[in-house]
Amino acid sequence: MNMKKEKTMIIIAGLIIGVIASLLVFFGNPANMGFCIACFLRDTSGALGLHSAGAVQYIRPEIIGLVLGSFLLAVFRKEFAPRGGSSPMTRFMLGFFVMIGCLMFLGCPFRMILRLAGGDLNAIFGLVGFAAGILCGVFFLNRGYSLKRTYKLPKAEGILFPAVQAVFLALLVAAPAFIRFSEEGAGPGAKHAAVIISLAAGLIVGALAQNTRLCMVGGIRDVVLFREWKLLFGFVAILISALITNLILGSVTGGTFFQIGMAGQPVAHMDGLWNGLGMLLAGFGCVLLGGCPLRQLVLSGEGNTDSAVTVIGLMVGAAFAHNFGLASSGEGPTANGKIAVIIGIVVVTAIACINTFSKEEA
Amino acid sequence: MKVLDARGLSCPEPVIIMRKAMMSKDTEYQIVVDNVVSRENVTRFAEHQGYKVTVSENNGEYTLSIRK
Repeated sequence: MNMKKEKTMIIIAGLIIGVIASLLVFFGNPANMGFCIACFLRDTSGALGLHSAGAVQYIRPEIIGLVLGSFLLAVFRKEFAPRGGSSPMTRFMLGFFVMIGCLMFLGCPFRMILRLAGGDLNAIFGLVGFAAGILCGVFFLNRGYSLKRTYKLPKAEGILFPAVQAVFLALLVAAPAFIRFSEEGAGPGAKHAAVIISLAAGLIVGALAQNTRLCMVGGIRDVVLFREWKLLFGFVAILISALITNLILGSVTGGTFFQIGMAGQPVAHMDGLWNGLGMLLAGFGCVLLGGCPLRQLVLSGEGNTDSAVTVIGLMVGAAFAHNFGLASSGEGPTANGKIAVIIGIVVVTAIACINTFSKEEA
Repeated sequence: MKVLDARGLSCPEPVIIMRKAMMSKDTEYQIVVDNVVSRENVTRFAEHQGYKVTVSENNGEYTLSIRK
């Protein structure tokens, strides 16, 4: 595929994804949360009983759809390639702390765009921190940072993670008593579109992201590293199309889909410093991982077990965040959360240094 | 001719390796990658730098011959 066609493709994909994200809110997802990989993995962790925050427990079909959409298209395009072995434990730790950063801000990089598209100006602090975090990561990439190579693995190894998602779908539909779902009115976990709509949205977006290699962190990273704008076009296309869809939905339905300002934004707080630091941690960690949480889901669907381990790290991070009171709420960040973000920045910096300056041969 | 091995590495690492190697301003390089994304990204980068790229595939590994 030539460059012009690739750019056109990612812009079209971004426009479609933005519309889908806004429509998911119309169909019942929490406001400015058509997609949020961090929030949705957190909700799924809660539904599985890994944490007991009653407000955020639901097996999100969007996550299942994203992985399976990527898996199916990768198989179809003969790009399904099970591989792994590139510092899995380090990736787990990075995933863990990326989630801590995301839950300080209250959203992954994808939701950061959707919050901007909903008029939430707090997300600008997040975006500044995110860009700063990416610059930190690029600093180390330019000096030779590497988590070392992956190796080919048997097919079964790569199929396991998508298979687990199919099991999650069965659990969601069967809803046995041991799976926890937020009760009506309990919080964001109780707000969701119908399963079939969420699943279809996930499948479509997963396939589009697989096809275009869409990545929120890759956009800014590639511009800084190589002056390569392709991925950033996808990022901007999502922002524009979600913004326009929000404005249209608002005027057609009379509901609130766009509300510009900082106060009273849905599932958000107004502490600019910690919004920024949370996303700095997320951006830094994601560059070291090679992609944002959305990209990790898509790669895990393509058979990348390192990304699957990263996703498990994200889920465990979410469980800790709620068990230890690290996650922010609409009221603002918690003291524990601030300490955890600082620890996260220290740990991620240490990981970056060790994997950049260590002379040890792999 | 410089021969670079970027097998097992995922993006952006192969592109960074390519960029570093290109500091030598050689007219010909060869780089081996083992995933489609790296193949696409290295190709795009090399073409940006004014090189011509030809790809040969062998059992999931792509050898990119890069010439001025």
